[in-house]
Amino acid sequence: MSSREQILASIKQNRPTLTPLPDLQSFDVDIDLKSKFVETLTGIGGMCTIVNDFETVKDYLLEQQAKGLSVIQGVTELEGYNLNTYSHSHASNLETIDTVLINGHIAVAENGAIWVREKDILNRLIPFICQNLIIVIAQKDIVANMHKAYEKITIDEDGYGVFIAGPSKTADIEQSLVIGAHGPLSLKVFIVQQS
Amino acid sequence: MNKTIEDHSKAASVFLQDEQRATWHDETLWFVRAKRDKAAHQLPEWEALRDLASQIKDHTLSRLDEYLVQFETKANENGVTVHWANDADEHNRIIHGILKKHNAKNVVKSKSMLTEECQLNHYLRDHDISVVDTDLGEYIVQLREEQPSHIVLPAIHLKKEDVSNTFHKHLNTEKGNKDEVYLTRSARKVLRQKFITADAAITGVNFAVAETGGFVVCTNEGNADLGAHANKIHIACMGFEKIIPKAEHLGVFLRLLTRSATGQPITTYSSHFHRPKEGQEMHIVIVNNGRANQLGRKDFKNSLKCIRCAACFNTCPVYRRSGGHSYHNSVAGPIGSILAPNLDMRKNADLPFASTLCGSCTNVCPVKINIHEQLWNWRQILMKEGYGGTAKKASMKVMATVLASPTIYSLSGKIGRGMMRIMPWSVNNKLNPWYKHRELPEPPKQSFTEWYKKKRKHE
Repeated sequence: MSSREQILASIKQNRPTLTPLPDLQSFDVDIDLKSKFVETLTGIGGMCTIVNDFETVKDYLLEQQAKGLSVIQGVTELEGYNLNTYSHSHASNLETIDTVLINGHIAVAENGAIWVREKDILNRLIPFICQNLIIVIAQKDIVANMHKAYEKITIDEDGYGVFIAGPSKTADIEQSLVIGAHGPLSLKVFIVQQS
Repeated sequence: MNKTIEDHSKAASVFLQDEQRATWHDETLWFVRAKRDKAAHQLPEWEALRDLASQIKDHTLSRLDEYLVQFETKANENGVTVHWANDADEHNRIIHGILKKHNAKNVVKSKSMLTEECQLNHYLRDHDISVVDTDLGEYIVQLREEQPSHIVLPAIHLKKEDVSNTFHKHLNTEKGNKDEVYLTRSARKVLRQKFITADAAITGVNFAVAETGGFVVCTNEGNADLGAHANKIHIACMGFEKIIPKAEHLGVFLRLLTRSATGQPITTYSSHFHRPKEGQEMHIVIVNNGRANQLGRKDFKNSLKCIRCAACFNTCPVYRRSGGHSYHNSVAGPIGSILAPNLDMRKNADLPFASTLCGSCTNVCPVKINIHEQLWNWRQILMKEGYGGTAKKASMKVMATVLASPTIYSLSGKIGRGMMRIMPWSVNNKLNPWYKHRELPEPPKQSFTEWYKKKRKHE
């Protein structure tokens, strides 16, 4: 008997009496989703800017480029989209990238997390290996909590997807919080009101 | 078998020798517990979420074999190879086999308590494969050739000066520089190179979803993703109890996990893996290693509901004052003390006694495991099986006699109170373990019964 069969047989033999699977609730709350999201994100070390339209994001992007920083631009609504150039780049080439701009799909007010799909990043390494990450979300895509988020997303739509909540961080040295562990040193979110 | 009971307490007394450090450990973990409370209290539905999580896990355990097969079928369809390991050795051999096939010599690993349980690092090192633990806390303890002392905060037993010395020795950082940002950035620099130059990545699994065949890994540092995405081989290892039926259930567990663990609303990254990226091989190793036995133990099956948040560690007065290493098991703390005797009853017979049975662990558990009751249940079994040690057995017998007879009980109370008044040194001395780190209270002049009887007479 293979290990697989042995394991399954011994689980079947030992499993407890059937109990029902409970129905879920969405625990929806009537709050100002945008201000809750901003409050939560700021609380976990992220930065947030509310903008009227994509023009302001464009200005910010131009500023970064003017500083001579290497930027990957993956926001489809903005000029200068070049994310596809990096879709097959090796880690050693991406390591020098300073700033990355990408679209977020759904944002969660209760915890500041943003669902990012593989199709929004093309190369799974990009949002992790860059020094500074910028995610652009539409105000209408903010939901109250994780239950509402899972109602809106399909987790196996792409081969990979991730909730990103703030910049990478650690408190492994004597419980002292350090923003910027192995992933990005900072996360900035633009909430676009009209889109 | 006299030594069994003393193992944890002996190790704990070594830990307590550095009083200042032990106090820091105690207070810091209590601070994490307080952060958990604050996060929990912000959600009016917190208790409803705990009920849901508990019920989902109960249901899953009752149909575990079916969900595992569903998961395997979907994962295979997704282009992921699924392996089954009956014990730690098979787990290690499977992983070695995959690495050997690809001639992989350098592996980056993100946190996985299962690989600690199976002692994978040692196994691979013996086969000339180098493994780097990439979670910062785990990296620190690996450099020091120690074990993690906490499943969420692996280096919580260390202070900044220890990390500074370790990094100076191994990473050539400035001697005496204890700045946490400097130390973290130094490790970042080294580990980023490791991610890029490795041949394969190993990660743990927080949740595996039966309906989609995918799995979720949660980190704050981004190390699991950097490793998995930078490499051509990704091996994810999971105990079979990590399975949950549906994607929507992730909403419940992700809301509970990090709030219970550190008081954060969620980890920075909750990564959902379903299919390998182009040109990548993805493997999942599903491990039993005694779990099926635990599933069949009526009193202990609930321990398999654990989502490894470590809330029970942070709240436990014994864990906080004895440190993770005194538990001599990959998972320490109250939950580890339930899991360990299932793996090796003889070796871990002391652990269910490393508890005051105060029940705080049960009260904070996000999936409502009756931890303190299970610890009590293990004690019954261990004493019956003769693992209790003669001293414990004798004192229990005396106690049983005293508690069974009201006359002896009342008499011994009187003698005790009298002794403490006339000869306080008879209990306030170093030979009495209860006197350590405590002052005994003034003995009352009369017992409650005496007081009650007197009061009724007067009324």
